[in-house]
Amino acid sequence: MAERGTQEVRPFLAKWALVAVPYLWSLLFFLAPFLIIFKISLSQTAIAMPPYLPVIGSLGDLWTKLSDFTFDNYIFLTEDPLYYSAYLSSLRIAFVSTVLLLIVGYPIAYGMARAPKSLRNALVMAVILPFWTSFLIRVYAWIGILKPEGLITIALQALGILGPGEQIHVYNTETAVFIGIVYSYLPFMVLPLYAALEKLDATLLEAAADLGCPPTKSFWVITFPLSLPGVVAGCFLCFIPIVGEFVIPDLLGGSETLMIGKTLWAEFFNNRDWPVSSAVAVVLLIILVVPIVIFQNQQKKA
Amino acid sequence: MNKTTSWFNVTSLVFGFAFLYVPILILVVYSFNASKLVTVWGGFSTRWYAELLHDQAIIDAAWVTMGVGILSASFATVLGTMAALVLDRYSKFHGRALFSGMVYAPLVMPEVITGLSLLLLFVAVGFDRGFWSVVIAHTTLTMCFVAVVVQSRLVTLDRSLEEAALDLGCPPVKTFFLITLPLILPGVVAGWMLAFTLSLDDLVIASFTTGPGATTLPIKIYSMVRLGVTPEINAISTILISVIAVGVIVASVLSHRSQVEKEKAERAVFLAG
Repeated sequence: MAERGTQEVRPFLAKWALVAVPYLWSLLFFLAPFLIIFKISLSQTAIAMPPYLPVIGSLGDLWTKLSDFTFDNYIFLTEDPLYYSAYLSSLRIAFVSTVLLLIVGYPIAYGMARAPKSLRNALVMAVILPFWTSFLIRVYAWIGILKPEGLITIALQALGILGPGEQIHVYNTETAVFIGIVYSYLPFMVLPLYAALEKLDATLLEAAADLGCPPTKSFWVITFPLSLPGVVAGCFLCFIPIVGEFVIPDLLGGSETLMIGKTLWAEFFNNRDWPVSSAVAVVLLIILVVPIVIFQNQQKKA
Repeated sequence: MNKTTSWFNVTSLVFGFAFLYVPILILVVYSFNASKLVTVWGGFSTRWYAELLHDQAIIDAAWVTMGVGILSASFATVLGTMAALVLDRYSKFHGRALFSGMVYAPLVMPEVITGLSLLLLFVAVGFDRGFWSVVIAHTTLTMCFVAVVVQSRLVTLDRSLEEAALDLGCPPVKTFFLITLPLILPGVVAGWMLAFTLSLDDLVIASFTTGPGATTLPIKIYSMVRLGVTPEINAISTILISVIAVGVIVASVLSHRSQVEKEKAERAVFLAG
């Protein structure tokens, strides 16, 4: 019996360690930082000049600190129209880009799912490959294309559409941001759509065609509804990170584009105001909680 | 009717892939441009690559990036594989909902939030910011991606081999290393690759968590891009793109081959049986 006991203890320990190690890592480096961000967002700007932040010392210390907590940073966010217009504009840009991604991504995913079976793996690979190459580099590539003296202008001048002195002004506008976002996030939209469309039973479409249903109608009645899980997954996978996007609006959007990721970055790196940037992050997190929870439930079902 | 739809499919594929690849192609082509002006073609030249080799700041940044990438991808692969096993095997334990939440949330969390929150943690506990803080930050970000990739492999895994080993008295830890790990290895390797390239790629989180002496390549590239578009950036980008493309293609060929061999072996077993 004693031997049996030790045999059972070891698997138990192994199981315990298996759960504990990643759990503790995530608690320490994912969850704890959020509590700290929340705490800093309630601290006063004046005493928080970086990198000297008030650090919670003893427990008794904590209670005296509590009285220092202030909602000033949040009140500040509501007073300056810069912030709420940045939030609204981020949500609008993320929404429009997600719709654009769906419009651009759906035909590609559909084409992939209807391609010959032998080709499909290569096509999936071809969609993933740009996603592996640097995000920053891919956004940078568009600067050379969209600049006023860039390749689009040169191409349009060569075609005679633009006069020799004329230039195209897309760079540093919201249009450039949309192009950059659609380009960078396309794999995130195409892959879930493809996964849903590939599973689609082709006999359903054949049956519909046999019964005289026109192809466009059978697409809206059969294909699209059955691909909805992919549509939902793709949209959330794109929408949530786009709201907080920094690199694309910063490099392609110029000063005209207002997005909250850029505001947070400027608040932190240029103004060095840590409490306000924390407050900006907390509010962004609150806005995104609902879509993140929906996304996670979707993931669990999948 | 069939013809029109397949015509539509081919067109959408051609345009889709052109959209994905033409900008990268242009970037690569212009890295061989002799002219300093990025958009004016001045003949073929490799001078920007030669100039890169003499730019000590870029070489230093490349080493930092490689170090951060290899270390964080390795830590993330261990942690992510563990997390995937936990999520796949243990359907009920205290705090499972919180755990799966913490595993999936970083996938979509805006990087500015993750970066800022980790920085505040490092400051709060007095951890020196630099190489290791970036390694920790990247490990935390990428372990989630590893977990998702490995978990998708675990779901399709045939459990009977493991059960046989356990029934025959093989201890669970040994069973994992002898049976489970070899079977999920393609997923683990793919997870490592993904973690490595994500780390290589990251600007935002690295910018928040880095300190003096730990400038990564994306941070360096970003500061160069802010000053203007130069062929030198195209040259570094081309090198990075080729390294990653070769790595990804080799990994996928390897995993495809192991898949083919596995299917062959299974067929042989089936015929013999």
